[in-house]
Amino acid sequence: MKVKLREIVPFDKEAEEKAIQKDHGLHPDDKYLKPGRIPHIWCPGCGLGVVLTSFIEGMRRKGLSVDQCAVVSGIGCTGRVAGYLDMDTYHTTHGRAIPFATGLALAKPDLHVTVFSGDGDLFAIGGNHMIHAARRNVNLKVLCVNNFNFGMTGGQVAPTTPLEARTSTTPLGNAEPGFNLPYLAHAAGAIYVARWTTFHPRQLVHSISESLGKKGFTFIEAIAPCPTGYGRPNKLGSGLEEMRYYREMSQIRNGADLRDTEIRLREKIIVGTFINTDRPDFMENYMGKVVARARAKGKGKEKGKAA
Amino acid sequence: MGKKVGIEVSIAAAEAVGLCDVDVVAAYPITPQTHVVEHLSELVASGDLDAEFVPVESEHSAMSVCCGSSAVGARTFTATAAQGLALMAEIVYIASSMRLPMVMFLSNRALSAPLSIWNDHSDTMMVRDSGWIQVFCENGQEVYDAIFHSFRVSEDPKVSLPVMINVDGFNLTHVIEPIEFWDKEMVKAYLPPFRPLSKLHPDKVLSMGAFGMPEIYAEQKQAHDVALTSSTPVILQGWDEMAKLTGRKYSAVETYRAEDAETLIFAMGSICETSTIAVDKMREQGKSVGLVKLRLWRPLPMGDLRKLLAKAKDVVVLDRSIALGAANAPVTSEMRALMYHEPQRPKIHCMIAGIGGRDVTPDDVVKMVNMALSEKDYEYHIYGVRG
Repeated sequence: MKVKLREIVPFDKEAEEKAIQKDHGLHPDDKYLKPGRIPHIWCPGCGLGVVLTSFIEGMRRKGLSVDQCAVVSGIGCTGRVAGYLDMDTYHTTHGRAIPFATGLALAKPDLHVTVFSGDGDLFAIGGNHMIHAARRNVNLKVLCVNNFNFGMTGGQVAPTTPLEARTSTTPLGNAEPGFNLPYLAHAAGAIYVARWTTFHPRQLVHSISESLGKKGFTFIEAIAPCPTGYGRPNKLGSGLEEMRYYREMSQIRNGADLRDTEIRLREKIIVGTFINTDRPDFMENYMGKVVARARAKGKGKEKGKAA
Repeated sequence: MGKKVGIEVSIAAAEAVGLCDVDVVAAYPITPQTHVVEHLSELVASGDLDAEFVPVESEHSAMSVCCGSSAVGARTFTATAAQGLALMAEIVYIASSMRLPMVMFLSNRALSAPLSIWNDHSDTMMVRDSGWIQVFCENGQEVYDAIFHSFRVSEDPKVSLPVMINVDGFNLTHVIEPIEFWDKEMVKAYLPPFRPLSKLHPDKVLSMGAFGMPEIYAEQKQAHDVALTSSTPVILQGWDEMAKLTGRKYSAVETYRAEDAETLIFAMGSICETSTIAVDKMREQGKSVGLVKLRLWRPLPMGDLRKLLAKAKDVVVLDRSIALGAANAPVTSEMRALMYHEPQRPKIHCMIAGIGGRDVTPDDVVKMVNMALSEKDYEYHIYGVRG
């Protein structure tokens, strides 16, 4: 094999940062992103950069350092986020971000665990995990980037693709209606539900930082342009034109009735913070209702302590 | 005779599925398989193919849909790769055990982790004991022809088993090749309508997928094994009939300059074409080297293989997957086991090559053969690995 071994140099973060500064100047997000991993792979006009920046900004606003947070992602364009963030991240198999994150959140209750994944990953192949984690009210922050299709594999129909929308597997239009994600998340038991588009980065940042302060299962849908996969067959134009489309179509209605938030092609999109409530999370119920009772009977031991 | 066109292999395969007039296609997007189902969805949408296209929510559901549609007597097709097949695996075993005819286009891709979208055979080796008929293809024309052959074999009442067509991801799925098309008359003459042995129908009630108590489980497994191993004549007959129609003759095992060869390269899939160049090179250097290409992986053509391998002094198996912790890589293991009781048996060397999409050139094949012939330990080697 004619593969030359690359010289192995111990990683020097300071030198790397200086090199980045020299080439590009200092970016405020540099300390959140893995040096050397940027530029990312996302297409021009994609909304994922906006959502990633909003997430970092939300963390910063909440005063969270990279050591206090973990990000779990699934497969797809959004799944690549795990590789770009300079923190403990895990890129799971397709659809399994939530079960992995559940394990993480239960083992380390103080960690802020965010599931950062796409609509195809969270609601098609991983849909079952999503509703059960919401029902249990596991302390997870789900940030779902919705671009209405399976972008990474070439723009196939997804469970979020609106009725009649065209994709590479529905060339004459989709015969199935898409999920109304906020309604579904609320029905399954999420304590915080919001939806914004990438045209609303300020509101998105606010929602992200707000959700990071909640204890329980939160769900934020971030609608993002996908000019390559979804925009092209539906004649939504370039990334910029798709942003204009979201500006015109979006209607901010905080606390809206979630029965009205279904998305249809070329119809208004209701955005806002819809649900902000509280109920005991899984850990609280488990410790309070199961462990406490077992202890009262003299059973069960605390981990790490001698019997 | 149909016309010859330059076309992407995936698209040609989808065209072939369309010509077979399938009734149900159920699949989930996964690289590098997507072009097949994308083109099928176009054929369905444009009205060229009268079929149900089910855009399911996962591969587990895709295979489940296929089982359902096959059980009611619909001609069924699906396509997947690596992680998709892994998620399907539960139902993959059920499809074959329940003797449900269907065809799967498997674009071979490496299994995660690390996450890889590139080609090797680790996915198909994972389900090699699942009781499906598994065929490998070397080039685009073989893939195209295999679609018709697979439907014919799968739905034959004497077989009634699902067929998996292994197509090397990217190396084969995404290349544009000159492919000779079939026309409708040829397909009509070659592929009879699907008449299942038994199907779910309200007029004649039956239960499928019932519980197998210990009293019956072993018998069922034996019956499945007998069905699979005795499908070979139907498979061969399918290829014979195809030769009459197209002039292209396929067989379970094929050779290239192997008649008098002391050393045989043993390979499956698109690496065979690379290996033929290597064989020519080594023949020019005066070395006695030939190639054995295995098309039919399940059921394994044991008689043919024993006869072929016994003539050689050395056999160099180019394995495209690893069996971690095992005595050897899957294909080598089987070849060694096959030759164990033979009075005259060659030394069988194992070269694990091209895993996770690592490129294998003809020069690499030459080097592997030289390495294998000079080795003393007869252990498996991962060719070209660093560190």
